Amino acid sequence: MDLTWSPSEQQFRAEVRAWLAANVPPEPLPSGDTKAGFALHLEWERKLFDARWAVVSWPEESGGRGASLWEWLIFEEEYYRAGAPQRVTQNGIFLLAPTIFEFGTPAQQDRYLPTMASGEESWCQGWSEPDAGSDLAGIRSTATRDPSAGGWRLNGQKTWTTRGAFCTHLFGLFRTDPSAERHRGLTYFLVPLDTPGVTVRGFGRLDGDEGFAEVFFEDALVTDDLVLGGVDQGWSVAMATTGSERGLTLRSPGRFLATAERLVALARERGADAIDGSVRGRVAQAYIDAEAYQLQTLQTVTRVTAGDPPGAESSLTKVFWSELDVSLHETALDLLGAEAELESAWMKGYEFALSGPIYAGTNEIQRNVIAERVLGLPRK
Amino acid sequence: MEFAFTGDQLAFRDAVRDLLAKECPPSVVRAAWTNADGRSGDGRSGGGAWLALGAMGVLGALVPESANGLGLTELDVVLLAEETGRAALPEPFVEHVFVGAPLVFADHPGVVTGELTVTAGDPLIPWAGSADVLVRLDPDPAVALGRGAKLDLLTSVDGSRRLARLIDATDARPLTRAELSLAFWRGNLGYSAQLLGLARQMLDLTVAYTVDRKQFGAPIGSFQAIKHQLANVRIGIEFAAPLVYRAAHSLAVGDSGAAVHVSMAKAQAAGVATNAARTALQCHGAIGYSYEYDLHLWMKRAWALASTWGDAAWHRERVARAILDVTNETGEQK
Repeated sequence: MDLTWSPSEQQFRAEVRAWLAANVPPEPLPSGDTKAGFALHLEWERKLFDARWAVVSWPEESGGRGASLWEWLIFEEEYYRAGAPQRVTQNGIFLLAPTIFEFGTPAQQDRYLPTMASGEESWCQGWSEPDAGSDLAGIRSTATRDPSAGGWRLNGQKTWTTRGAFCTHLFGLFRTDPSAERHRGLTYFLVPLDTPGVTVRGFGRLDGDEGFAEVFFEDALVTDDLVLGGVDQGWSVAMATTGSERGLTLRSPGRFLATAERLVALARERGADAIDGSVRGRVAQAYIDAEAYQLQTLQTVTRVTAGDPPGAESSLTKVFWSELDVSLHETALDLLGAEAELESAWMKGYEFALSGPIYAGTNEIQRNVIAERVLGLPRK
Repeated sequence: MEFAFTGDQLAFRDAVRDLLAKECPPSVVRAAWTNADGRSGDGRSGGGAWLALGAMGVLGALVPESANGLGLTELDVVLLAEETGRAALPEPFVEHVFVGAPLVFADHPGVVTGELTVTAGDPLIPWAGSADVLVRLDPDPAVALGRGAKLDLLTSVDGSRRLARLIDATDARPLTRAELSLAFWRGNLGYSAQLLGLARQMLDLTVAYTVDRKQFGAPIGSFQAIKHQLANVRIGIEFAAPLVYRAAHSLAVGDSGAAVHVSMAKAQAAGVATNAARTALQCHGAIGYSYEYDLHLWMKRAWALASTWGDAAWHRERVARAILDVTNETGEQK
């Protein structure tokens, strides 16, 4: 066991920290889940990209630095510690990109990765439908082959699509073989949202920002080169993406460590001695959990680096970080007392944290996965 | 950066696990509840698993090689403690290996092989009546001889843990501040690891039972109400273990944060083990509530260790004081 960073990793950290110190906007940007805020966040993404900090773990030829998983963790720690803007490109760079790296053709990789990294094109996730949330395999949107048009006709509706009203592209699952067993016969498509027949309507999330959208497809034509990973292979391609979403690549420990540090700062500001002992205990517990999450990640990265890929264990992680994020914010609001009801970064953060146990597969679904695939309990 | 145990450390753990599977099955734990000394030798002081661990060198693991110990560190033995928790070994393992032996080996070389047993308490000393050397952390931190010590015997909820308060010891020597501190944090590390092992064992027992037990024509483990409770225990273990292993590393390398890291580990492991106990009982139902069934042997050990040497709330408060930089110390000496 060696819990120290190598000189080159320390050097990498110093470089990240210096760049962020010089470049992070002094005032927080308006919410990236509004139209105006989204545009400002894309400018920030461009700045990150130009300095080659947008996608550090990608190969250099795609705009990254070929950073190791360790360096990626360091980058994330520094990013959140610096209070840098939310990553409005995250659904592309953290969820879709790993799937394109794994399943995409060389032409697809060349076409989509660089514009995704620079923020020139931005991606939303088109999975949930009005009647298919947790039960993802129940999706009804279809893609029907149209040989005369040389492509596929999309029909149906996606919803609760994060930042769908602001993005240029959607990656989603469509049913290509209605006669197949429901986990088969699905295909993963890459869809430009300006395709004729696609209509996007934004709507408010819990905090009132227009961060959600529903997307309607009416005979929208997409060409064959927009299929990712093969016709009727969508389920296995999508599962590769959920692995990223639930586990390491979306929610690095850095963001929770940074929130825990802010919680500690708030408690100090309020006067540590003046705080009720039970609330002080919860501050400590949230801090302990943030460290536990970091240490568990170090353990996981050690295993992954040794060639042992994570499996259903990513569900353990997803439940833990999402509930940790809620308790960090709940504790902060309790420290604020009567001021908790005021609009503040903590209240905004709390509202966002409450989505964590819901998105990326509800925690109820995750607990089923843990019980069945980690513990070996019977499906029925 | 590498957060993993070495092949040697894992092999040592496997050897101890195999030894305990043979020498400390549940029947031995159960027998210790009613035998003379509460230990694995069925009345013969220091028999059974104890002598076998001694023969393997485990009992002197933290004693320097120059004194015939193995000269190992906390990081090398943390997994062994976890295994003794999994087996609910009825022996003063943590008290001897983590706390006592490294303190008294010079005066009592027999502790290195287990020929002599040393135990420790803060203030309640488990297995005090059958030990040769006693370490008391509180009040008046001291090392005393077992023979001739005046003990106030007490009954633990865990029938194997024969508890006593050391009332009077004429041959005592005081512990230095440094000795006391190291003993306290090492002991809490050992208990944290045992609590983790207890939690793992109770989860495994309950998974096996709920796969097997049928009601309404289906294994009860297929019901979400059971699945989600057991998933929660598994999540708890996943995020307690790295804190325990980090604490072992911090003690081994002399990290300045070691004491806080141990408190984090103990707070988390105590919470996970008591929750595992509660969940295991609920998912077993009435069979788990039966004295003849083995589950309570693990549950009660978990209760005992969760509260000894500072419970979860006490350790969380230590963490709170460290991170919040609270200056008004309560007079805590450790």
